[in-house]
Amino acid sequence: MKKFLLACLCFPLLAFASGAELHLDRAPARDRDYAALQNGAKVFVNYCLNCHGASYMRYNRLRDIGLSEAQIRDNLLFTAEKVGEPMAIAMRRADGKQWFGAAPPDLSVIARARASEFGSGADWLYTYLRGFYRDDSRPTGWNNTVFANVGMPHVLWELQGEQTMGADHHLTLTKPGLLQPAEYDAMVADLVGFLVYISEPIANFRKELGVVVLIGLTILFVFAYALKREYWRDVH
Amino acid sequence: MAAATEKYKSDGTTAGNLLEWLDARFPLMSLWRDHLAGYYAPKNFNFWYFFGSLAMLVMVLQIVTGVFLVMHYKPDASLNAAGVPVAFASVEYIMRDVPWGWLIRYMHSTGASAFFIVVYLHMFRGLLYGSYRKPRELIWLVGVVIFLVLMGTAFMGYLLPWGQMSYWGAQVILNLVTVIPGIGQDLGVWLRGDYVVGDATLSRLFSLHYLLPVLIVPALVMVHLIALHEVGSNNPDGIEIKKHKDANGIPLDGIPFHPYYTVKDIVGVVVFFMVFSVVLFFMPEAGGYFLEANNFFPADPMVTPPHIAPVWYFGPFYSILRANTVNFFWIDAKLWGVIFMGLGVLVFFFLPWLDKSPVKSIRYRGPLYKGALAIFVVSFFVLGYLGMLAPTPGRTLVAQVCTILYFAFFLLMPIYTALDKCKPEPERVTG
Repeated sequence: MKKFLLACLCFPLLAFASGAELHLDRAPARDRDYAALQNGAKVFVNYCLNCHGASYMRYNRLRDIGLSEAQIRDNLLFTAEKVGEPMAIAMRRADGKQWFGAAPPDLSVIARARASEFGSGADWLYTYLRGFYRDDSRPTGWNNTVFANVGMPHVLWELQGEQTMGADHHLTLTKPGLLQPAEYDAMVADLVGFLVYISEPIANFRKELGVVVLIGLTILFVFAYALKREYWRDVH
Repeated sequence: MAAATEKYKSDGTTAGNLLEWLDARFPLMSLWRDHLAGYYAPKNFNFWYFFGSLAMLVMVLQIVTGVFLVMHYKPDASLNAAGVPVAFASVEYIMRDVPWGWLIRYMHSTGASAFFIVVYLHMFRGLLYGSYRKPRELIWLVGVVIFLVLMGTAFMGYLLPWGQMSYWGAQVILNLVTVIPGIGQDLGVWLRGDYVVGDATLSRLFSLHYLLPVLIVPALVMVHLIALHEVGSNNPDGIEIKKHKDANGIPLDGIPFHPYYTVKDIVGVVVFFMVFSVVLFFMPEAGGYFLEANNFFPADPMVTPPHIAPVWYFGPFYSILRANTVNFFWIDAKLWGVIFMGLGVLVFFFLPWLDKSPVKSIRYRGPLYKGALAIFVVSFFVLGYLGMLAPTPGRTLVAQVCTILYFAFFLLMPIYTALDKCKPEPERVTG
């Protein structure tokens, strides 16, 4: 019986060659690094939150990452009147579609949507935001290594500088930006960390609660098992 | 089971008087006796016997969490001010702005997959110990109907978040009816309520996603249990405990379901909730298997995803659907695919009459059945895995082989079970 089950479980794992490989860099974690997440929020409202909304996310929710309502109101509240409003934008979708070829997507859950077998959504975003290069054949003058023929121009180009694609399909920084490459990577990591945070603001609390629930269930298990043992004592 | 029909007599206390009043008007005590305290179950239930009660638990969990989700969910495909479908946005509203909404939603989404895990294990138990054999054919038939309704319910529920996979998955599955010659196209429009999957489709699937599990499934589960308690439970030895009774007519190898199996099932429930919590609290997407990444993109009828994958629990049947690539007998390959997918589920109905073995339990079966079951399980897993991947010629070939093996398990069963060298069954359960 045991052997049979084992045979079922260890069914021959067939090797299947998968299709196009997508190489993604690992995004550094920013889960509980509030300074980094606040920096990410700053970059987000300054560079992204004009074409992209985060319409499921309310400004005052950013108290989660260590900001006070006054700080949010004074520093981040660019697209709304009240701190309880969502991070929506005024740009109309029809206009966005006309200008960029596709309406810029809402970014509230983008970090969850971009997960794939090649890496997490954060990895995708981290590689994407560092993968822009000059391409004069594109209307915007930019192309991207993970999102071919992307509609978005390189919004962060002043910070990163200009990359070009070599014949060996590797990117080289041909014109430096305001930030050193390491600084730029760290800033993108903060921004991606922020996108991960807004994709599921409850995530940190969820994990904390999970530990408590599992401890509770373990204690309950001890009692449930003892109860069962006691009742089953007379069954032979 | 016990034939006692006497009504409850009060002991003079207020509670006793109330109970007597109730029992005189409702068969309270006899229900308690017949289905719990006086229902004698075999004493040798093992690990595999947890999944029946767990399936009922998950059913209740899905109904309760579903009722609360409906309070904030909006089955509306129109776009809101931010350009997002209202249905999709309402799910994110539940995840963020409804207090504890995230927990209820994750319980429901994790519960959907948990339901199929426990039901598949429950059905596998039946295959291991021959629980579908006489006199339990009707229990098995009702069980397969529950499985069918469950699949329908899960399919309809998956449309509700109105993400890309919801939308295109529903598009693919609802389009299956269009391969029926003659009436297919009209039937498709009638089912969708529109020429494409749209607001009408979302609303009607929402309506049925509420009706089926809340009304139909609990009723079927009651029939399943009443039929079970009429003939009595099978056990890992596959022998009838009712053959050996004591002077009072109680099976010698039986123990009252309550309290013995109620306290045992509590242990099973706690362990289940531990596994459930690990997924819910630490990996609610379960690596994309329970919540697909692509479903975090709102439904967009203008953008077809390059690869439309069903949720894992439909993988085997989706693979069977795609495995048919040849037109034969003037019938289109797609129609054959639909026919075989349907048969892949319906064939379970015939199991009680396909099995000709003199014994029920795998413990006393010969190598032929053991081998056949192992091959069946392997092909089921491989089909499930392939169903989630994009097809390639190599994968389609593997799927075709596994489809044949899948059906061979059933169709050849009368032959190999009759030829099998079985061991003698014991007289009494072996524990």
